[in-house]
Amino acid sequence: MTAIYALYSEPADVQKAVDNLRAAGVPEREIVVISGEPIEEYEFSHRDKASWLYWIASAGGIAGLTFGTWLTRMTELAWPLQTGNMPIVSWWPNLIVMFELTMLGGILATVVALFITAKIPSREPKLYDPAVTDGRILVGVQNPSGATLPAVERALTIGGGAELKRS
Amino acid sequence: MSEASSRKLSEDLLRPLLETSWRFYALVAFLGSIVLMGLVTWAYQMFNGFGVTGINNPIFWAFYITNFVFWIGISHAGTLISAILRLVNAGWRRPVTRCAEVITAFALMIGAMFPLIHLGRPWLFFWLMPYPNSRQIWPNFRSPLVWDFFAISTYLTGSVLFLVLPMIPDFALVRDRTTGWRHRVYGTLALGWQGTTKQWHRLETAMQIMAIAIIPVAVSVHTIVSFDFSMAVVPGWHSTIFGPYFVAGAIFSGIAALIIAMAALRKVLHLEDYLHPVHFQNLGKLLLMMSLLWAYFVFSERLTSWYGNGTSEMAVFWALQRGSYAPLYWTMVICNFVIPFPILALRQTRTIAGCVTASCFVVVGMWLERFLIVVPSLGHKYLPYSWGPYRPSPVEIMIMISTFAAMALLYTLFSKFVPIISIWELKVGEHPFPAETPAEIKEHPLWQVRP
Repeated sequence: MTAIYALYSEPADVQKAVDNLRAAGVPEREIVVISGEPIEEYEFSHRDKASWLYWIASAGGIAGLTFGTWLTRMTELAWPLQTGNMPIVSWWPNLIVMFELTMLGGILATVVALFITAKIPSREPKLYDPAVTDGRILVGVQNPSGATLPAVERALTIGGGAELKRS
Repeated sequence: MSEASSRKLSEDLLRPLLETSWRFYALVAFLGSIVLMGLVTWAYQMFNGFGVTGINNPIFWAFYITNFVFWIGISHAGTLISAILRLVNAGWRRPVTRCAEVITAFALMIGAMFPLIHLGRPWLFFWLMPYPNSRQIWPNFRSPLVWDFFAISTYLTGSVLFLVLPMIPDFALVRDRTTGWRHRVYGTLALGWQGTTKQWHRLETAMQIMAIAIIPVAVSVHTIVSFDFSMAVVPGWHSTIFGPYFVAGAIFSGIAALIIAMAALRKVLHLEDYLHPVHFQNLGKLLLMMSLLWAYFVFSERLTSWYGNGTSEMAVFWALQRGSYAPLYWTMVICNFVIPFPILALRQTRTIAGCVTASCFVVVGMWLERFLIVVPSLGHKYLPYSWGPYRPSPVEIMIMISTFAAMALLYTLFSKFVPIISIWELKVGEHPFPAETPAEIKEHPLWQVRP
């Protein structure tokens, strides 16, 4: 992996750098912004906001509910013992197990989807600079093509205010 | 947030991880020795049988089940409170959430140990799990004990994930600030976290979903623990308000535990710049509200029993009010209401010391409440010939003490290896505040880190 990037102290400068990169014709998916904490106040941090996580969590919940319904009903019918004068398939008590498995399905689906979409855990080399943990914000372009390189460099320096780095 | 502030914040909160004094080793050795004594006592019980405990006919559930209910109640401190505060976007939650969530994870683990201890033969623990036996007979899903398995395992899974996910960015921070074995260990725990805008969005969305999911699960867990009692036709147990009564009591004891833990962390780890008096005041207000709610539930429950005037119900009622359990009962009322109410109601006494004092009384009072739910009812069932007393044995007392030491030990070790305050969440709290009302503008500086 090759990358060119710059570190900024102010989110406003990051916004300028991202706007410059867009103006230089760098595709949105190639622009990488890395920070030590989420920065919600600027447009650049909202680029990847659209997510299927809520739907995936709901699907996990439905899967959990289906499994819970099957498990309780199947086990009651597998050995039909009547207890406490309740019907063999007793929906009132079954609802408790079904509820718990619904929530468990939703929670596990959310975590699995988070790991997949956020691409963690990962051992591949990635664009990163430890200065991010000191409050700096990294803006870079991964695998820039030779043709766009000068434009990327100009965009990231935002008028000479930032030092360019390569990895 | 400026780079200097960011660096100071990271250094302050990472100091406990990177610097170790002899006091840490002394505390770990002290707590570890108590835990070890508890384990030896448990082994003694396993070797000699249940005869070494005070458990006997008619009281088969006693200290161990009391502790089970108590610790599951304490677990309501963290994840539930953290999830509610996260959903309502309360700014003051940021330094509090992780301290609280850790309590949930450890209290659940300790609470879940007690049914195993109560089994007598813990190596048969897998009988608690729902799977068919050799004759293909499945467990009875109509039993509240099977509901416990599903509820506690769901809550434990959800709570641990709710705790661990926001720790990943902090692990990345520690990775970048350490060298050697620490760098390798924290690098592995960071799972290759970069901090891209996409990763932050996914993490925050996942936390939002988890918060939505964990609240009903938390409520269900203690409701189901209450079902262990209320589904049995035993005097004093067969009550329709046991579910909400247990949940209210759980949150009550949980907040008290959280206040004590936060005060200890503030003092020991010198977190005065992050855990402000206002955090204790706000939690103190919550504790006050829960004290009132607890008193309301106790009154409703007692009044219904007294007004019904059933013979068996009244036997339990009078045993508590003026019989052999009366000293414990009135101590419970004093600890849960009479002392905490004035301390927490008055602004002058709702200080850190006041909140901690009230919380200590509440923890004692809530343990007594769990004991008084479990034991007197079993000792006063329908036929007086089967009535009987209970006296805990040294074995049960030692095992109980060792679980308190285990909680303190686990908390100490956690705060040694993981930033006990979420660093990245605290940094977010320092961002320019999108205030909409004058009250919010006035309030915001209260949650900021002192320069």
